[in-house]
Amino acid sequence: MSIDVSGVSKRYGDFVALDNINLTLPTGQLTALLGPSGGGKTTLLRIIAGLETPDGGSVVIEGNDATRLPVQKRNVGFVFQHYAAFKHLSVARNVAFGLEIRKRSKADVKAKVEELLALVHLSQFADRLPSQLSGGQRQRMALARALAIEPTVLLLDEPFGALDAKVRKELRDWLRRLHDEVHVTTVFVTHDQEEALEVADEIVVINEGRVEQVGTPDQLYDQPANDFVMGFLGEVTTVGDVRVRPHDVEVAVAPGVPGAVTGTVRRMLRIGFEVRISVATEGDAPDVTVVMTRTHARQLELAEGTRVWLTPAAGATTMAAARDAVPA
Amino acid sequence: MAERHRYPKGPTTYVLRALVVAYLALLVAWPVALVVTNTFEHGDEALRTILEDPDMQAALRLTAVAAVVATAINTVFGVSVSLLLVRNQFPGKRALSALLDLPLSVSPIVVGLALVLVYGGRNGWFGPSLEESGFQVIFSTPGIIMATAFVSLPLVIREVVPVLQELGTEQEQAAQSLGASGWQTFWRITLPSIKWAVIYGVVLTLARSLGEFGAVKVVSGNILGETRTATLAVEEKYLNFDQEGAYAIAFLLASVSVLAILVVFVLRSREARR
Amino acid sequence: MSVQIEEVRPAPTRRTPTHDLTRTSGIGLGVTMTWFSLLVLIPLAAVVTTAAAGGWGGFWRAVSNDQTAAAIRLTVTAAFGVTAVNVVIGTVIAWVLVRDRFPGKGMLELVIDIPFALPTIVAGLVLASLYGNDSPLGLNLVNSGWSVYLAFLFVTLPFVVRTVQPVLEELDQEIEEAAASLGASRFTTFRRIILPALTPAIAAGAALSFARAMGEYGSLVLLSGNLPFTSEVTSVRILSAIENDNRATAAAIATLLLLISLLVIVVLDVIQRRVASRG
Repeated sequence: MSIDVSGVSKRYGDFVALDNINLTLPTGQLTALLGPSGGGKTTLLRIIAGLETPDGGSVVIEGNDATRLPVQKRNVGFVFQHYAAFKHLSVARNVAFGLEIRKRSKADVKAKVEELLALVHLSQFADRLPSQLSGGQRQRMALARALAIEPTVLLLDEPFGALDAKVRKELRDWLRRLHDEVHVTTVFVTHDQEEALEVADEIVVINEGRVEQVGTPDQLYDQPANDFVMGFLGEVTTVGDVRVRPHDVEVAVAPGVPGAVTGTVRRMLRIGFEVRISVATEGDAPDVTVVMTRTHARQLELAEGTRVWLTPAAGATTMAAARDAVPA
Repeated sequence: MAERHRYPKGPTTYVLRALVVAYLALLVAWPVALVVTNTFEHGDEALRTILEDPDMQAALRLTAVAAVVATAINTVFGVSVSLLLVRNQFPGKRALSALLDLPLSVSPIVVGLALVLVYGGRNGWFGPSLEESGFQVIFSTPGIIMATAFVSLPLVIREVVPVLQELGTEQEQAAQSLGASGWQTFWRITLPSIKWAVIYGVVLTLARSLGEFGAVKVVSGNILGETRTATLAVEEKYLNFDQEGAYAIAFLLASVSVLAILVVFVLRSREARR
Repeated sequence: MSVQIEEVRPAPTRRTPTHDLTRTSGIGLGVTMTWFSLLVLIPLAAVVTTAAAGGWGGFWRAVSNDQTAAAIRLTVTAAFGVTAVNVVIGTVIAWVLVRDRFPGKGMLELVIDIPFALPTIVAGLVLASLYGNDSPLGLNLVNSGWSVYLAFLFVTLPFVVRTVQPVLEELDQEIEEAAASLGASRFTTFRRIILPALTPAIAAGAALSFARAMGEYGSLVLLSGNLPFTSEVTSVRILSAIENDNRATAAAIATLLLLISLLVIVVLDVIQRRVASRG
């Protein structure tokens, strides 16, 4: 096992950032630490890196107890959210930094830097200063710099957080492909569930300093351990006393479906190929949100005011609604 | 700055502009220009006389030595203190940060008095025992250096602290995660990043040190050829009705200080353009 | 395990730990503090101690001596007067530097820093050449009380300008445009919107300028003539006491100056903290 975190706690004054975290991350995998901001995921990543000291517990990296090891000795690659580019050094010198510290020969450094710049597609920018690069290029430079020291584990803190949507998507695909190529144990922090679902082999959901669930993207999406995980990984609506994803709600325009919740279409909003429908149900329950394709809505001849009968689709991920749960 | 919209210029704009130009001309520019014309009233004779006088050479040398040593001390001290203040937590930090500005608002005469009271050879706190072990501070070069270092103490810190704060710690943490020790991180990452602030601080400290007068006057004893600095020589020459000599030394000192602010000015505007 | 640790360690009452010094930075702190104490703190303490040795009576006798009291009165009045002038003209200069564009503005930037870098004795000489016996303006201020004001104006010129300028640069011009769009005249905008934003910076600059003026010595030597009851300032009184080997008196007057400086620093710190908590 590559990273073993056991019993790790961390508090800042009265604020509990991490509360008795136990976690095992297998070698060679790409793991996402997913959760809302302020939930403790970045603190955990920084504790693994040695940038932060836990109040209690231990961190073992590849079998070696690293709890008391300073960051310099852990051989971890760390990629910062805002790149932490060395502004006064060229791109090549940034990548070479860790190797120069390790006193590698000039020729070695040069070869390695060239190899890595090619890997991150920055070869033609080797002599530029970081300020002359775009955000995405800077992030790739930071990644090359972290990979240069051949780290035991690669840690990325919200690596795409500061980038715009399009670049973010590109880099996401690219990170996935890079990982398939390099195979270094990688942990990245994100608050974007789509990013985690798309890129990671395994996702650790962290909230309020605790691990809510660990699993593959499919496991988390299909068998959420609790309400929080279900709500965080995707939109949720409540049909009667069942929580279900809006696209898993079956809509009938005639009565007769057993156990159906009766309601009236209050509002329809078209977004590209899909339609979002708000259904007012009887009683004081909040509106149910239903998502379906435009074509399907047309087939059913739905319009504002149409009476509908709602049931969770067969085989959908459902969860009993807690009495005081806030419907999404 | 380029994006700033221009206001339509009203009469107020021109009145204020004229007021400012006139004020600065009368208070600073014209008087300073007069020193130049007074110095060269008889060609470069006055300047040559000064530079050939061995006593003046000694005074200029002493001024240079005291200024360079004081600047070196204040640079090392200033960078270390700035790092401690910005990067560390320790009890008494706020008090220290406030006290560091003290030298800027203490009268130079009080600075001199304070040093004499502690390091004075006759009845200072530490002075007599220091002199017994052969180390004279007051009426000697170390005293002049200390007085100079005192008055220019905060200048490096005031330049470096804001830059360090803005720099943040991410680059340093990145360097450490790549294996750099604290020392390597300082030399390879921190120092290059605060380089310009340190240079401004050094230039300003040097300018201030070369020109210190009051504090040096109290601690030096003004012994010709030994503890007389250039600024003390200006006073002496002027009071002895050697106005040309006074103007010549003043011109030398003023040139250095104007050069210093010119250097900072040019570097700053180059940096701002980048 | 975490539970145990929480039991052992009482919940910290403050958010930050008392210190986070490594061994190297601890040694650094020790060395720098030793030097700072030897150079600044112990000598200043010696001034206060020497003054205190004479008791309250001794202190009072020293500072209430007719000639000394006159010098203190002149220094304080002139420092206040000059600071008031600086508050106005300094703000105006900063305004012109930030908002106006005209050829030769760069020169003004340079001129403002000259008083800071120019040796004070040279400053006195410089002023004496325009406002002395051979004044091209026919305006002889040398040896008069006005020379004190002149010298103070010169040496304190950069303070208000240099504290106000960056704040003015940061000030969002959109706010002014918003005020104007709501019907405010330029004067109203200045008084209601800009001035309140500048006040902390102006106060900080004023405090620095006042403190500098209170302790000024060098620029007066060749300018004021140091005439008792006319143009003699506090620093000169301290120097005469030192030269007469009257350390107790020197220390007493110096302590008074130090107290005023300290007060100014405290005020400055309070203002800056208030600004920081607002921003």
